Amino acid sequence: MIHSLFLINHSGDIFLEKHWKSVISRSVCDYFFEAKEKAAEPENVAPVLQTPHHYLITIYRGKLFFLSVVQTEAPPLFVIEFLHRVADIFQDYFGECSESVIKDNVVTVYELLEEMLDNGFPLATESNVLKEMIRPPTILRSVVNTLTGTWSNVGDTLPTGQLSNIPWRRAGVKYTNNEAYFDVIEEIDAIVDKSGTTVCAEIQGVIEACVRLTGMPDLTLSFMNPRLLDDVSFHPCVRFKRWESERALSFIPPDGNFTLMNYHVSSQNLVALPVYVKQSISFFDSGPCGRLDITVGPKQTMGKTVEALMVTIHMPKAVLSANLTATQGSYTYDLATKVLVWDIGKLNPQKLPNLKGSLSLQAGAPKPEDNPSLNIDLKIQQMAISGLKVSRLEMFGEKYKPFKGVKYLTKAGKFQVRT
Amino acid sequence: MRHNSETVYVHCEVLKAEYNVTHLGGFLFRLNAASMSTTALYNDHGGAEAAVEAGLESTPTSSGSTGAAFGLFSADFKKNEDLKEMLESNKESLKLEAMKRVVGLIAKGKNASELFPAVVKNVASKNIELKKLVYVYLVRYAEEQQDLALLSISTFQRALKEPNQFIRASALRVLSSIRVPIIVPIMMLAIKEAAADMSPYVRKTSAHAIQKLYSLDPDQKEQLIEVIEKLLKDKSTLVAGSVVVAFEEVCPDRIDLIHKNYRKLCNLLVDVEEWGQVVIISMLTRYARTQFTSPWKEGASFEENNEKAFYASDSEEKSERTEAEAYVMDPDHRLLLRNTKPLLQSRNTAVVMSVAQLYWHLAPRHEVNLVTKSLVRLLRSHREVQYIVLQNIATMSIQRKGMFEPYMKSFYVRSTDATHIKTLKLEILTNLANEANISTILREFQTYVKSQDKAFAAATIQAIGRCATNISEVTDTCLNGLVLLLSNRDETVVAESVVVIKKLLQTQPTQHSEIIKHMAKLFDNITVSMARASILWLMGEYCDRVPKIAPDVLRKMAKSFTAEEDIVKLQTVNLAAKLYLTNSKQTKLLTQYILNLGKYDQSYDIRDRTRFIRQLIVPNEKSGALNKYARRILLAPKPAPVLESAFKDRDRYQLGTLSHSLNSKASGYQELSDWPAVAPDQSVRNVEVVEPVQEWAPSVGKTKKLKSDDKFYSDNEEEKAEEESESSEGSSSSSSSSSGESSSESEEQSSEESDKTSSDSGKSSSGSEETSSGSDSQQKKKKKTKKAPQKKSKTAAASSDSDENGNGPVVKDSSSSDESSSGSEDDSDSDAAAAPTTQQQKKSDRKPGPKVKSEVEVSLLDLVDFSPAPTNAPKGPVVSPSLLSDLEGLSLSNTSSTMQVTAPSFGPVKTYELLHHMTGKGLSAKYHFPRQPCLHQPGMVAVQVTLSNGSDRSLEEIHVGDRSPASLNIHCFNTIERLEPEASVTVSMGIDFSDSTQAANFQLCTKEDGFSVSIQPAVGELLMPSSLSEQDFSREQGKLLGMNETSATVAMATANASSQAVKQRVLSVANVGEVPSGQDVAHSSGRGSR
Repeated sequence: MIHSLFLINHSGDIFLEKHWKSVISRSVCDYFFEAKEKAAEPENVAPVLQTPHHYLITIYRGKLFFLSVVQTEAPPLFVIEFLHRVADIFQDYFGECSESVIKDNVVTVYELLEEMLDNGFPLATESNVLKEMIRPPTILRSVVNTLTGTWSNVGDTLPTGQLSNIPWRRAGVKYTNNEAYFDVIEEIDAIVDKSGTTVCAEIQGVIEACVRLTGMPDLTLSFMNPRLLDDVSFHPCVRFKRWESERALSFIPPDGNFTLMNYHVSSQNLVALPVYVKQSISFFDSGPCGRLDITVGPKQTMGKTVEALMVTIHMPKAVLSANLTATQGSYTYDLATKVLVWDIGKLNPQKLPNLKGSLSLQAGAPKPEDNPSLNIDLKIQQMAISGLKVSRLEMFGEKYKPFKGVKYLTKAGKFQVRT
Repeated sequence: MRHNSETVYVHCEVLKAEYNVTHLGGFLFRLNAASMSTTALYNDHGGAEAAVEAGLESTPTSSGSTGAAFGLFSADFKKNEDLKEMLESNKESLKLEAMKRVVGLIAKGKNASELFPAVVKNVASKNIELKKLVYVYLVRYAEEQQDLALLSISTFQRALKEPNQFIRASALRVLSSIRVPIIVPIMMLAIKEAAADMSPYVRKTSAHAIQKLYSLDPDQKEQLIEVIEKLLKDKSTLVAGSVVVAFEEVCPDRIDLIHKNYRKLCNLLVDVEEWGQVVIISMLTRYARTQFTSPWKEGASFEENNEKAFYASDSEEKSERTEAEAYVMDPDHRLLLRNTKPLLQSRNTAVVMSVAQLYWHLAPRHEVNLVTKSLVRLLRSHREVQYIVLQNIATMSIQRKGMFEPYMKSFYVRSTDATHIKTLKLEILTNLANEANISTILREFQTYVKSQDKAFAAATIQAIGRCATNISEVTDTCLNGLVLLLSNRDETVVAESVVVIKKLLQTQPTQHSEIIKHMAKLFDNITVSMARASILWLMGEYCDRVPKIAPDVLRKMAKSFTAEEDIVKLQTVNLAAKLYLTNSKQTKLLTQYILNLGKYDQSYDIRDRTRFIRQLIVPNEKSGALNKYARRILLAPKPAPVLESAFKDRDRYQLGTLSHSLNSKASGYQELSDWPAVAPDQSVRNVEVVEPVQEWAPSVGKTKKLKSDDKFYSDNEEEKAEEESESSEGSSSSSSSSSGESSSESEEQSSEESDKTSSDSGKSSSGSEETSSGSDSQQKKKKKTKKAPQKKSKTAAASSDSDENGNGPVVKDSSSSDESSSGSEDDSDSDAAAAPTTQQQKKSDRKPGPKVKSEVEVSLLDLVDFSPAPTNAPKGPVVSPSLLSDLEGLSLSNTSSTMQVTAPSFGPVKTYELLHHMTGKGLSAKYHFPRQPCLHQPGMVAVQVTLSNGSDRSLEEIHVGDRSPASLNIHCFNTIERLEPEASVTVSMGIDFSDSTQAANFQLCTKEDGFSVSIQPAVGELLMPSSLSEQDFSREQGKLLGMNETSATVAMATANASSQAVKQRVLSVANVGEVPSGQDVAHSSGRGSR
């Protein structure tokens, strides 16, 4: 299915190539470069391109293009999903997925790619399985390697996960401290219009888990109010039947960090937005200038503090500079990208933060047609905005008592205020 | 050492020669021996060799260094030089270091092929990492250095025999990845061996190797197909995905290979790894399209009806009977749909998409909605995923607005979306627009028009245009809005608006002269040629509406003609011609001037057009007959353009495919065939070893559903049972729908066995019945009659009636005797019910999951044993109470009559929809007429209502509320205190329809809500079977004429108009008994007044 993979950096250099079938010349990427030229932003490059003999499927992640070459019909999502999985694995192995890190670990990367696909079809994509075959680089090992040069990074037995029907967990896991942490993270996606009314708002949630338990624990996580969950998707470890019948998550967890489930909160529930924004951005016909006045205030925060509040505005091209004063936090205006970022920090309900001042426009340029929209970022600790609550976590199959913890966090997802 | 490496080449030459002459086996042997000896050689002389080769290689470098141009290359050589040294050193660590650098070179796409001889020697290294890196190198360069690559083959062959499965697998992987044609036979052999390996992992690798070998040498196809066939039978989930990939690549047209594995694949699906799921699902989609009949074919109206019935029942209870005549979904088809459904919850977007496309292409229309939520969920994923999913939604939303309408807001555009995402969302919003939501959508569009992304703003204007044409209510609003946009400062926006307005005006060219005038005024400021051309065209087309302005515009154009773009020039010529025809007085000179300009234009298109127009409109001696028609030609009413979605014809491609995404056929795309008109033989999917049906019943432990699933199968099982083993044991013969478990047991032995058990467990009276019925069925078995089981029991019942009633109508007036008989019957009855239960328990080991028996199951099972009972029962006709009577503690009273009411003969039970779960807020209800005398009151008709809770919370206090007409006499069921989600319960009601077919309306209430429902009985259901002699029948018949006559036509093919079949059909419409008759005419007796 997947014939070749090229990794291309932001400036258009191919810095890694891997072929799973016969070798394809890297000149095939020229079609991609052409498309990249046309699309001003790297995000705007169409993910699927057609060339006379090949099809190029690309993802853009972490300022890198993962370009795969496909020769025959293959589901595009299959390829896209796989490429993202590759990027995830890199992130998992090296802590980040960037050009320099990949170049530093090129051999490990190559070994990984070799194991992940066979003849273009995924062979092992579970991080647990891969880690048994190819050990991730650690400081200790690199020291030992340089000293003795004998420590092999590659395992010589088939990972146990590859054969079992729970490929995500390896056998013989041992910890002295047994702990299981669950983070319930909810993101609010909302569009608020000029007048402050909510055009649409949804809550998407995810439960990230960090499980370090000895042996083969069988966990059951249940909720106080599972009815809130409208649509869910699970890590393969979750038993779907149990969910269907009891609305509880029953699973044998993978070892380490993983995403247990994604959910969508039913849209009937009205979403209470935690903040409101009062804004007025106007450009004057008379002179090359405009005014900006933004105030952010708390709306429904259920007694919790709003943290890491940030407002990002993509200004029209004509805006040359901004001369503003912020009562709280600081602002930056990037002249090249025309992005105004106002980093507020904690929201103080007594003294509402305000950003006010003038914008200077390019002389002679026409007044911008419309006002830019505001993107809001925020965090609220210890609260899931949907009200979802984990009621209990039970463990079967092992004797010890694990340490358990659940954390809630609400974040702004795609929170946009139109002006 | 030079000599040494030459020997290697010599070896290979020899090998090649040998290959040509010797037998394959011999070749393998020699190759082994030869390459082993060479490796040995290398190892012995390792050090010396390195030194010599280093010397040799350095020669060309030094000689070449004279030219500056070679400097670059020499540096490269130098670098590789020390690599070579390292590779040939004795130290593992140095070798490893070197290999890492070599792999680094490969990764960067640099050529490292000249290191091949040095690298290949390390293939047998003990260090696993070194070995792996050598493998990487080999796979990359083997094709270029085929001869040298052969040296490594023996190592792999040895590794193929390793006890460590991982080593075996990786050896096979590399061996098959070396694209050297000469080793094809070796690969073939290795693949065949690996396909039979103990380890599923190795077998999986062999499936991958199949494709590699096929791409290397397509001539091996036949042999490879054999291996694929073998691997398809593999029961390991690890292998399933990979072998299907191989199948798709090598022989996608050999659909026959799938038949036997179809059910296995369906059942394994959930446990297959996610990537395998994707390919299996898409292959099965294709397969299903060739093997099953369309679930959509029925006439629209019919489908409407079914839609509700279907929809209500996620649990496939959905009344097989209702559809029996029209369309019965193949159980295998259903199996596929059911087993893929849980995968919608997968975290892998490709899996979700493939399930969605499967439902889109295979599921009955109303079930497709299941996938909506999951698809919308995918929109939260990465941008690229969004792109593909939105494309597919766009295609879907054209055909099925309703699917995505509730999720409209998910498609609202954010300013941070990428442009292609924005346009796709816009496309979908436009597709979803209808009268109800158009105002919301237009408000949203207003924001988009102002977007900084001008390409997107232009696309929005197009979208507004489409909404305006599609929804006539908003045409004017849209038009006005677009006119306002004409004063926008952005040129692209204005231009786009002009073009769209032009199209809109064309669709309804009524009193819009104001707009045209407005546009004419704007004309000077618009520079985009397409927009200018559009305005000119509008002027010309509607010049009669703007008689003053049009000539003036033409005047301006005459001035600027030479500076215009081609497309504007053409429209100017058109405008001139049209004006000349309508208003020649004012424009004659102008037209001639323009035509003259056009005549000498640089573009030959314009010259052509000018010449043509001149001949057409200016009459002269040469111009022929056309001249007369010039006006009609140029000013003919033109059809309005249809504004269509760009995704309109994308549905010709299978959703989720690359071809769909590109809107052009990708190489290797497999067309999705149309549904066959007649389903091919279903039995091809039966596996030889008679598998109990339960095995392919879902392994999913949805206990509630299990019952209904079996029900479903039992329906088709009837046919199968006939074919397969004529199993017509007494209990299963009367195949009520719930007898699935027993009737599906097609092994004769077990049926006999169960006969015995049932007879043993019975009490004396019922025991005798059972035995006799058992022996009865055995006799039938001997005869091997190919009758449907139900018919047999029916005949049996009927004949027994005749025996008893031979002397004339038996009159049993005393209700008390009836009571007593029924009482005793109750006992035997429950015993009889117990019998099959034990049977079931015996069999239940085959059946996964605990069995939850709802009441209906029990009662039906009970009847199963019951209906043949009167055959030999000495007591005479029996009223059959169901177990319900026990459960509800109601006494049975039957009115005396001259005619004896007989046991209902069982025809197919039709289930009707009472309350759809959408309208019922999760509560759904279905009813059927059990055709038993009502237990509550003699005049009532018994109705069994199955209530199920389709919502996710439990429903409380379900009861019957107000009824209309108020006089309606209903015996309600007891209030159900609580109904858990997904649970269902069956209750019986009695309704006095007063012998009319008027519907009984009443309310079905839960704690919170009440839903009005109505039951309309068919005439046949108001009847009650009675036993009569033929004489009595004709006598009674004489009395019942005129008003009491109800006639219905029973459609029937003449071919199978046997009396049996006729009875069958009659039974299906009316609850009647049979009158023994010597004549050829079939009489049916039923008592109208109850």
